[in-house]
Amino acid sequence: MNRYPVWKYAILVIVLLVGALYTLPNFFGEAPAVQVSSAKATVKVDAAVLQRVEEVLKTAGVTPDLVSLDGGSVRARLDTPDNQLKARDAIQKALVPDPANPSYIVALNLVSRSPAWLTALHARPMYLGLDLRGGVHFMLQVDMQAALTKKAESYAGDIRTALRDKNIRHGGISRDGQTIDIKVRDEATQTATRNLIADQFADLQTTSQPEGSEFRLRATIKPEATRRVQEQALKQNIVTLHNRINELGVAEPVIQQQGLDRIVVQLPGVQGTAKAKDILGRTATLEVRLVDEGTEARSAEGGRGPVPFGSERYLERSGQPVIVKKQVILTGENLTDAQPGFDGQTQEPTVNLTLDAKGSRIFRDITRENIGKRMAIVLFEKGKGEVVTAPVIRSEIGGGRVQISGRMTTAEANDTALLLRAGSLAAPMEIIEEFTIGPSLGADNIERGIHSVVWGMVAVAAFMCVYYRLFGVFSTLALSVNVLLLLAILSMLQATLTLPGIAAMALALGVAIDSNVLINERIREELRDGMSPQAAIHAGYERAWATILDSNVTTLVVGLALLAFGSGPVRGFAVVHTIGILTSMFSAVFFSRGVVNLWYGRQKKLKSVSIGQVWKPDAGTAVAKTN
Amino acid sequence: MEFFRIRKDIPFMKHALVFNAISFITFALAVFFLLTRGLHLSVEFTGGTVMEVAYSQPAELAKVRETVASLGYADVQVQNFGTARDVMIRLPVQKGVTSAQQSEQVIAALKAGDPAVTLRRTEFVGPQVGEELVHGGLMALAMVVVGIVVYLAFRFEWKFGVAAIIANLHDVVIILGFFAFFQWEFSLSVLAAVLAVLGYSVNESVVIFDRIREAFRKYRKMNTHEVIDHAITSTMSRTIITHASTEAMVLSMFFFGGPSLHNFALALTIGILFGIYSSVFVAAAIAMWLGVKREDLVKVARKDEDPNDPNAGAAV
Repeated sequence: MNRYPVWKYAILVIVLLVGALYTLPNFFGEAPAVQVSSAKATVKVDAAVLQRVEEVLKTAGVTPDLVSLDGGSVRARLDTPDNQLKARDAIQKALVPDPANPSYIVALNLVSRSPAWLTALHARPMYLGLDLRGGVHFMLQVDMQAALTKKAESYAGDIRTALRDKNIRHGGISRDGQTIDIKVRDEATQTATRNLIADQFADLQTTSQPEGSEFRLRATIKPEATRRVQEQALKQNIVTLHNRINELGVAEPVIQQQGLDRIVVQLPGVQGTAKAKDILGRTATLEVRLVDEGTEARSAEGGRGPVPFGSERYLERSGQPVIVKKQVILTGENLTDAQPGFDGQTQEPTVNLTLDAKGSRIFRDITRENIGKRMAIVLFEKGKGEVVTAPVIRSEIGGGRVQISGRMTTAEANDTALLLRAGSLAAPMEIIEEFTIGPSLGADNIERGIHSVVWGMVAVAAFMCVYYRLFGVFSTLALSVNVLLLLAILSMLQATLTLPGIAAMALALGVAIDSNVLINERIREELRDGMSPQAAIHAGYERAWATILDSNVTTLVVGLALLAFGSGPVRGFAVVHTIGILTSMFSAVFFSRGVVNLWYGRQKKLKSVSIGQVWKPDAGTAVAKTN
Repeated sequence: MEFFRIRKDIPFMKHALVFNAISFITFALAVFFLLTRGLHLSVEFTGGTVMEVAYSQPAELAKVRETVASLGYADVQVQNFGTARDVMIRLPVQKGVTSAQQSEQVIAALKAGDPAVTLRRTEFVGPQVGEELVHGGLMALAMVVVGIVVYLAFRFEWKFGVAAIIANLHDVVIILGFFAFFQWEFSLSVLAAVLAVLGYSVNESVVIFDRIREAFRKYRKMNTHEVIDHAITSTMSRTIITHASTEAMVLSMFFFGGPSLHNFALALTIGILFGIYSSVFVAAAIAMWLGVKREDLVKVARKDEDPNDPNAGAAV
């Protein structure tokens, strides 16, 4: 009656082996390492880079424990932090000869010490959350309304160009919020304009209304296009953030979308947070406009008159005011790259811009028409504009390669280039959540978490073994198996372990023991009612099962609700909580029964079981039934 | 070893009225404190900045408070966190100043006073995030309540579902009442603990309901009173041992888990203690008031569905 068929034992053994295998990497700890990854989309990190890193380390006299190519990065594992720094310097020198224009990012990192054969099986340690390893976390909110407004503005410009190309005369185009107003004089023009918009601007829909003898066309962005604009804006911002963060040289940054309009950025191991905040906080958008050089504007620049209509006043970085026309020629979207460099003839520091095809065409036209005039590159941060640079246009610039030079130091050129590159955000962002955890706090949290789980488990195990004797030992075994499986599944899923996750683990163990208590109490009860030991074990497990299932389902409901609606720490808690319930059903019922069956199942004439004292009220005295 | 040597069923339900009165009074007190004192919500809910700084010697809170106040922050909370050397500073949201500037300003000012101070942790939450968290928390609570009632109604009877949820929601209110009375900080992890307690004590009620159902089937002569008394008595040993085990885990978190898990463990402790009481005495009593009968749980097998009937399956 208390026998498992062979296949059930086979399942148990396989599950335990797999569990042990995947839990194993967590115990090897972490070793200092140097990580080399690509800083540019055009640079690939491959076996050649791996070989170069090995050679560099050999010449530097540092012997790495392991050099591996993993995804898009090469990691060299070293024995001590001293060697890590030495190796970093050597690799940095060899791979990044020009720090102003790095092709590779060389960063310090920690990698698992687990042997290569485990890694080959995809058995990796759990990823530690920021609260356990230290670092910075940001949540950024993307201003979608601004993205749409900007899109509408650029459509207004495009419509203007298209109408001019087709020689359709209009009575003025203006943007009102996210709609574009086009005034036309007669019905024929109205139809022509509508057709043109329908032909060339598939994302716009138009309505028209007569206004006196004239007509007013209102073009709005279609809802599906709105969604696309928002998605694109978010994606572009994520890419831009990637580029910006690459400048920081963080080993494993996490940059992910959250919800429809949010981006989460996590920089593990970052200790100096000022620069990270600075770079992220610089939520900027970029616009290229012409400088207004009329006499009115000149006097306004000197502070002697009002700013002329159609222009705006911005300050240059030096504090010098510049009057800039409102019309936007190019936005950050058209800028594909910005790099610092040197002018071949004058040896002056320069900033070299690369534009996309559309941008190049517009830029060629504008520069041809405005030689000798100034153009301004304006950077908007949270609605406030600042002129990054306002160079004079010396000649027509075709081909999309623009060089900005003059009155710059190398550092300024670097700064401007970074700002321009960072400027290609599709929509402004704002930090709405941020936390920083120092590395010492992270280490403390790991230790505290482990201590709580271990001591709690020791207390429970001690009590179970004393109170239920051999069955207590079985229960403790089941509890250990629960921990093992929980860790294995979390490692397999590559879940991020956080402090609330560890708390959930402790709680899951506390709740998991409930199943074993239920079973053990039930067996005692059946013995008390005079059942034979074998029958009591059988009945105990059978009858307790329904209760265990019911109570676990209700707990599971809670776990799923937390998973669905929780965020941040609550989610970390919920994931472990939910998995813990599932593993506890396996370990407390299936596994512990297996052990009991193995121990008692073969004994045909079983007289007693070791489950502590079974006290019978009707006998009046305590009847001990122990082995 | 056997702790529980109970000779016969303890007549718990005789005192059902007393139990219900006790829980009603505690409940009313909890609501009263919640309304008058309110919860001391963490920055996660209210928005604002929290900084944790560590000094090399025990910190002078008054001086820290003065330094921070001199930066122009009104309504600043400064308190010890964990040890005397660790200080937690809480700043309200300020318009026009980003969190980065806030925390840098403060740490710079503190460094000017004592160069040995180090920043352990900062946390900034924008006000809109807080609103969402409150919304998410309430949604989670609603889903838990509906899910549990539906499951219990399906497995047992709607009366049990309602009884369990009333009994356990009253636990939740009592935990919140404790947090309001002592003005302990109510953070996201405490919310997780509260919801976990809800699941945990429903689990407790389920064990008893299971026994009630079994007793209805087994002891045909007992009335509802006696059946409930029997169910509670026979699960008592399990109830106490299980809760003691879980509480051992929670206490281990309380003592070793450090300040971050402190309130989490506290909420669980209160929840477990009241969870025993409410799920055992209150839930069963409510189910009794709602009029649970043997017929609700024990379906009378209809003759024509008798599996042993040799003529079964021949229906036309």
